[in-house]
Amino acid sequence: MIYADYIRVLHIELDKGKISIAQREDLTQYLGGVGVASKLLEEYMHPELEPLAPEQPIVFAIGALSSVYPVITKTVAMFISPLTGELGETYAGGRLAMTMFQAGFDAIVITGRAKGPTYVAINANDVAFKNAGAIWGTGNDSAGQIIRDSEKGPSGKRSIVRIGTAGENLVSYACVNVDRYRHFGRLGLGAVFGSKYLKAMSVIGNRDMPIENFQEYFKVYREIYDKATAQGGAMAKYHDTGTAINIEPLSKMGGLPTLNLRQGSFEDADKVSGDAFAKNQLVRKMACTGCPVGCIHIGQFRREFADEGYEYEAVSVGYDYELIYALGTFLGISDPEKILELIDEVETAGLDAMSAGVALGWAAEALEKGLVTEEETLAPLKFGEPEGFLKAIRYIAEGKNEFYLHLGKGVRHVSLKYGGYDFGMQIAGNEMAGYHTGYGSLIGAAVGARHSHLCNGGYSVDQGMKEPGVDPDAMAKSLLDEEVERCMLNSLVICLFARKVYDRETVLKAMKAIGMDMTDEELSAVAKRNYATKLRIKKALGFDWEGIKLPKRYFETPSARGQLDEATAEEILSRYRARMAEYQAAE
Amino acid sequence: MIHLAKVLKANQLNKCIGCFTCMLVCAGINRRNHSIRKSCISMKTSGGMSGRFVSVVCQACRDPQCAGVCPSDALKPRKGGGVTLDKSKCIGCRRCEAACLVSAIGYDEEERKPLVCHHCGMCARYCPHGCLELVDVPDEEEVAV
Repeated sequence: MIYADYIRVLHIELDKGKISIAQREDLTQYLGGVGVASKLLEEYMHPELEPLAPEQPIVFAIGALSSVYPVITKTVAMFISPLTGELGETYAGGRLAMTMFQAGFDAIVITGRAKGPTYVAINANDVAFKNAGAIWGTGNDSAGQIIRDSEKGPSGKRSIVRIGTAGENLVSYACVNVDRYRHFGRLGLGAVFGSKYLKAMSVIGNRDMPIENFQEYFKVYREIYDKATAQGGAMAKYHDTGTAINIEPLSKMGGLPTLNLRQGSFEDADKVSGDAFAKNQLVRKMACTGCPVGCIHIGQFRREFADEGYEYEAVSVGYDYELIYALGTFLGISDPEKILELIDEVETAGLDAMSAGVALGWAAEALEKGLVTEEETLAPLKFGEPEGFLKAIRYIAEGKNEFYLHLGKGVRHVSLKYGGYDFGMQIAGNEMAGYHTGYGSLIGAAVGARHSHLCNGGYSVDQGMKEPGVDPDAMAKSLLDEEVERCMLNSLVICLFARKVYDRETVLKAMKAIGMDMTDEELSAVAKRNYATKLRIKKALGFDWEGIKLPKRYFETPSARGQLDEATAEEILSRYRARMAEYQAAE
Repeated sequence: MIHLAKVLKANQLNKCIGCFTCMLVCAGINRRNHSIRKSCISMKTSGGMSGRFVSVVCQACRDPQCAGVCPSDALKPRKGGGVTLDKSKCIGCRRCEAACLVSAIGYDEEERKPLVCHHCGMCARYCPHGCLELVDVPDEEEVAV
């Protein structure tokens, strides 16, 4: 915690309706964020119980610099993933980090199951357990609006995190929505909320926080601010066109998963490109609290009310590269209006967009191949046709029938049940992200602690390679080094879009200005310690590094760096395991 | 020669991205505090995050009502509009807060004094999207001449 030598942890016990506060000096060695959250997950988790058992914890954490410097806007959530059965870790922006910081909590641990639908209202001086019966069953947009309008509390900015029906119905890739446009997207935190009867959590930041050394602090603040907002600087692209700018180049290089990864490029990429969205759909840009960049791109589409003739509503939804990939190119949809409509459906239900899109891609191909029937899918799921997919999203969230209950458990589960494992595009249980760029993206997700493209940025390693071919050991080293470094960045919970702004020197300077004097070596030690903690958690939860079985399609459809082969993939995996041993042995 | 005073104007809030940097910087520079509750400018959403942003900030009134109700002359009209606060004279009665039509005067619970914008323009300097600006206004008396 800023200006203090401890980490302040709020523990909320939903089953007892009790809270407790701990000021933990021992946790400062993990710095904050993912380090502290990992340690707390390790302490509170029950490996012998199911991921959705009431006893299992949800941990939120922010870092020492959260909200104090520009673009340090994220909160990490850790839990046991109902999707993979092992380490769950996900990040969201919005206002949550700022409100937790200003409420005075570095970390929040939630355990137990409430007796009925509940939401928890937190501020610096109170934690209240409130009946959420009236909003159980609502979409996350309505839930947020009702809490915002009804909840009275002290003045101060508020963050509202909540789930939709998918979380209530325990869909394994249900997400948690944060302040309308941001999400704890991946790995099913929404289902963990639902399993605890926890519809929402609101946090108001209302604490007095004098700055200790203003001159020094503001000097560093100004430097970072100027770097982050520089025209044409490291972060400009995130504000201008946004992440969607990557659609066309990825398609050109053959790394854009299309039609359930039957292709690595999309013939209509120009129609769904960042520029196309910006020209025709973009109506607004927004930011997380404390981020002067503002990467959130809001697009608008017009929805006609069925059969009423010239009756429309205008709907605004956030879009990004990953959403255009998962609910657009992956499903062969080339109409931006329809992609936005699919995003809106996923938003309202409260599903992770990537997992939902990849699940729908598998379902469409399984139906095409006769592994499932239209009696089971209830809607014609065909690539390029959005109407069936719109219905299927609702059916997944509702758990409409046996087929959709299985589809709601993720692609690995459903493809083991119905067949089609080799075209079910998951990696170690998590649905793929929008990159088929080479061994980096594939093996990066396989070995990443949470099997996300952001564990180690493998897609970026691929794109940075100049020579053809791959050196398995060099690839393993790149992935591991980046994963470990991110265990430091994520313990400060710096938005990864700002990773070029926050080089080591800047991080150390920023910390020093608020009285945290650390050395470069100490930061490296934190990174190592945090990674080692994650590895212990994965081991305790039974993750088998030898047993990763990658679907064949990754080796059939050429990647941006050409055809991949299983032997090379296995070689990189084994090199990674060998290098990782050093961290497993640590502590 | 006309002397120009500067006042803050929030003229382009339709461009606001809601980053709250203005509030963080105002509280930091003017109150030496990390808490945005100490900011003299406040950004609000009308109707949640999908609604528009609106600003609550001193309108630089030429005949400020807040100064008019101040019983101790701690608030005095400022050249160009708005007021200046002399904290040594302020007794924290909160009459100024109630008198402001746009609710632009906040209250520092710890210090027990009003939070009054003095048009320093730092929020505008750090607004990344050009929503706020410090504009020149002619001094009233000189205009009258």
